[in-house]
Amino acid sequence: MSRLFEALAAALRAEEPVALVEVVEGPEDLFGGKIVVRPGADAVVLGSLGDPDLDRVVSRDALGELAAGMSVTRHYGLHGEARARDVGVFIESFAPPPRMVIFGAVDFTAALARVAKVLGYHVTVCDARPVFATRARFPMADEVVVAWPDRHLAEIGPTLGVRDAVCVLTHDPKFDVPAIAAALATGVGYLGAMGSRRTTLEREARLREAGVDPAGLGRVMAPIGLDVGARTPEETAVAICAEIIACRTGRAAPSLRDASGPIHRDSPVRTVSPT
Amino acid sequence: MREVLADIDRWRSQGKRVALARVVGTEGSSPRLPGATMVVSDSGEVAGSVSGGCVEAAVVTEALDVLAGDGRPRLCSFGYSDDEAFAVGLTCGGTIRVMVEPLEW
Repeated sequence: MSRLFEALAAALRAEEPVALVEVVEGPEDLFGGKIVVRPGADAVVLGSLGDPDLDRVVSRDALGELAAGMSVTRHYGLHGEARARDVGVFIESFAPPPRMVIFGAVDFTAALARVAKVLGYHVTVCDARPVFATRARFPMADEVVVAWPDRHLAEIGPTLGVRDAVCVLTHDPKFDVPAIAAALATGVGYLGAMGSRRTTLEREARLREAGVDPAGLGRVMAPIGLDVGARTPEETAVAICAEIIACRTGRAAPSLRDASGPIHRDSPVRTVSPT
Repeated sequence: MREVLADIDRWRSQGKRVALARVVGTEGSSPRLPGATMVVSDSGEVAGSVSGGCVEAAVVTEALDVLAGDGRPRLCSFGYSDDEAFAVGLTCGGTIRVMVEPLEW
């Protein structure tokens, strides 16, 4: 009775890509018809919209929308003809969660991991120091990895895409220069690095020495986060995540990178502590 | 959908029937994107949401009606309502279309 839903739920639980397609406009006998589409070498299509040609065309389009992470309504003829509007189908794409890789196992990391989880990220914390990179310190992370950042990126780099984020919070040149250089070799959508303005300038020089070109430097959001006057690890985490959203949507929000002067000003600030 | 899977499992394990309400289209300003999902058990429990809270109560009524009736899916539209102070509507001025159906597929 629940074959389609069980297939959909199983894919969602496994965090695997899946699309649900439903007829939301059209003849009564097709209305509410559904297919569940899973990508892969042998793409799986379960269910039917009521016509084999319509199923074939719509499942092909659904795979395209799923790859782009888009949920849309599309219209077809009764047998899948383009440029007809007899049938409207809602294609809902369930892409796997975007990933955030945080380098550096510090207090800011724990706060950033918490906020990233709220936003739906699959969070990995990576640090070369086994004393700091422990499950006990980062219970909110999906994964805690003890490794040098560049080696970890060499492993997972090819799978990072535009929806994913790399946040370098080590502010120690021996970790962050190789981490940033390795992250620039991936297709990651957001790359930010923490540090004071002085640290940022020194790091830029080291990155240039390491062979990073101006286009590469231009991809690095550093100092990381929006210029909202964040002070605590939690406020900083919100400033970083807000910057990630603004970068994705292309909105003009004031990044620290594009401002000058002190990141923290001396005026009295009242901070909100988490409970 | 993801966020209501646990509620669906729990209700079904208790032998309850479940209705699914899903935003399948929006026009103009609307609080939630297509795909926003609310589920309602036949004993009236609710999880998830389809708007900023404006039309949830009306959707619950539709969902219980679908479960009690012939089980056919129905498409409900909610738009701006200014003719009656407490009429169901979105105050943001947009329109949402919500598919309401029994979760029996």
